Amino acid sequence: MTARAEVTRGVDYRRPSLWQRIIASEHLAGWAFVAPAVILIAVFALIPIGWSLLLSFQANNLLAPGHYIGLANYRALSKDPQFRAAIGHTIVYTVIFVPVSVLAALGLAVALNRKLRGIRFYRLAVFIPLVTSTVATGIVFLWLLDPTFGLVNYALHALGLPQQGFLQDPNQALYCIVVMTVWGWLGFDVIVYLAALQGIPQDLLEASEIDGASKWATFRSVVLPLLGPATLFLVVWSTINALQLFDEIYVTTHGGPLGATTVIVYYLYQQAFQFFNAGYGAAIAYVLFVGILIITLFQLWVGRKRVYYVS
Amino acid sequence: MASTSTAAVDRLVRLDAPEKPRRRLPFSPWHLFLAPVAVIMLLPLIWMVILSLETSSEAQSFPPVVLPTGLHFHNYVTTWNSEPFGNFFLNSAIYSLTTVASNLLFCSLAGYAFARLKFWGRDVLFIVLLATLMVPFQVLLIPTFLIVKHLGLVDSVGGLIMPNLCSAFGIFMLRQFFRTLPIELEEAARIDGTSRLGILFKIVLPLSLPALATLGIIQFMWSWNDFLWPLIIIDTASHAPLQLGLATLQGAHRSHWNLVMAGTVMSQIPMIVAFLIAQRWFIRSIAFTGIKQ
Repeated sequence: MTARAEVTRGVDYRRPSLWQRIIASEHLAGWAFVAPAVILIAVFALIPIGWSLLLSFQANNLLAPGHYIGLANYRALSKDPQFRAAIGHTIVYTVIFVPVSVLAALGLAVALNRKLRGIRFYRLAVFIPLVTSTVATGIVFLWLLDPTFGLVNYALHALGLPQQGFLQDPNQALYCIVVMTVWGWLGFDVIVYLAALQGIPQDLLEASEIDGASKWATFRSVVLPLLGPATLFLVVWSTINALQLFDEIYVTTHGGPLGATTVIVYYLYQQAFQFFNAGYGAAIAYVLFVGILIITLFQLWVGRKRVYYVS
Repeated sequence: MASTSTAAVDRLVRLDAPEKPRRRLPFSPWHLFLAPVAVIMLLPLIWMVILSLETSSEAQSFPPVVLPTGLHFHNYVTTWNSEPFGNFFLNSAIYSLTTVASNLLFCSLAGYAFARLKFWGRDVLFIVLLATLMVPFQVLLIPTFLIVKHLGLVDSVGGLIMPNLCSAFGIFMLRQFFRTLPIELEEAARIDGTSRLGILFKIVLPLSLPALATLGIIQFMWSWNDFLWPLIIIDTASHAPLQLGLATLQGAHRSHWNLVMAGTVMSQIPMIVAFLIAQRWFIRSIAFTGIKQ
């Protein structure tokens, strides 16, 4: 300590020893600082990414060492009617979930972005499902939507409408999953939109008002374009998550009834960890990865042309 | 010229004119929209609590019993004793707190190095770490399971924790934050002979509490509600964290909704209480990035 301090005061001009220079070197320090992180990420991310690709070219049952079968897994996937059905369910789910949750959140965020008696309570009500776990969400909706005792069927009954099968009806189950996940995720989208709304400079809104624009015109022509980056983020983010849907399916339907809610990740889980087709599961994972990558890049490409960023 | 000024005067006059008395609601019309929304959002949670206090037959009657005959708090005791709930809580606490602590430590160290130190291979390494963020967890799932199996950690809390000790996301986030701090303080400390580790812990981290809180909360929410990885790695009930334990409970007591709901309420209380206490911080963290998985 003191020696070093003297050097800096220019009293001691001795060159630091090799050891001191190594210790003080930024190269060494930098690598020492990143070493734990790099080792962990190498072992639990980089190696698995490569290994997964190798697995997808293997027949592997998770127990014995696998053997290479080339592209056979991918060829089988392309002809697997169950996998096609899983892709179909995932796409239907995503195509409904993303616009519904983003639009609902936009409306809610606008409604919540004002001074109002009880606004804190309203916000809390919208946010709380967000900290409810996916498993708890699944369990509660399983009961709410129960065909025999469920509250929703009771409400329909009270209104004189016919009872529904909901999660036990192959034609309805996937839409019930949409409702359930929108409930669970809405708070997230609302928070992102609220933050974006609060970031809009007040003078822009005032300028629009002074120019005589109606509230709706201001919203359409000033607010909405300024929310563009938040919308793009939410669409990309919700799509990625929707394509990876699993927890709620596992808890409520186990992919049923009659496979109507078997989405890609649930099919992957079944193949890899119930039927022990790990190679096949890895191939599914890679198809999913490439699919997500293409869809994300497409969304960002479209977004880049249409979203306006305030510098 | 004259016409514009008249228009301006007109506008002023219009603004000053007293508003025509209108028939108005005694409250803002927004309540008509927000109140039903609040009811819909809270209903599942309120119903969960009501069911958890009913008898088994009340919970499974049609029409549903809204006001139970008595408050059967012993449902909670029965549920607690029917499954190793104490273990579920303990495992979840260990899983969450360990991963929060390790992420804060390792991501700070790495984030600081990427933000401030010049070392060989830094930029390439950083891009490689960022690239791993694009890969969905499902791709890593099977090999990570095999690696944890080789480490002999299958069906243990250690196996739960190991792959989640450090996230590339956390490194990226902290690096971005550290780069916004004024470098002069660090340079001054360096000249005074403070070690790099000392600078990080005594100067940089105390200035970074908001960023650390954000990362900590995101990681905590993630670990506490994690489901897929525990489902894969844990076989024994007593080694399960809460969400997995809850799913097991639901599978085992399909005919006792009141008990399942009691378990569900118990499992959600810690996170909801944490949210109510630190609401502002949770919302900041979510607004900042947003991770709920």
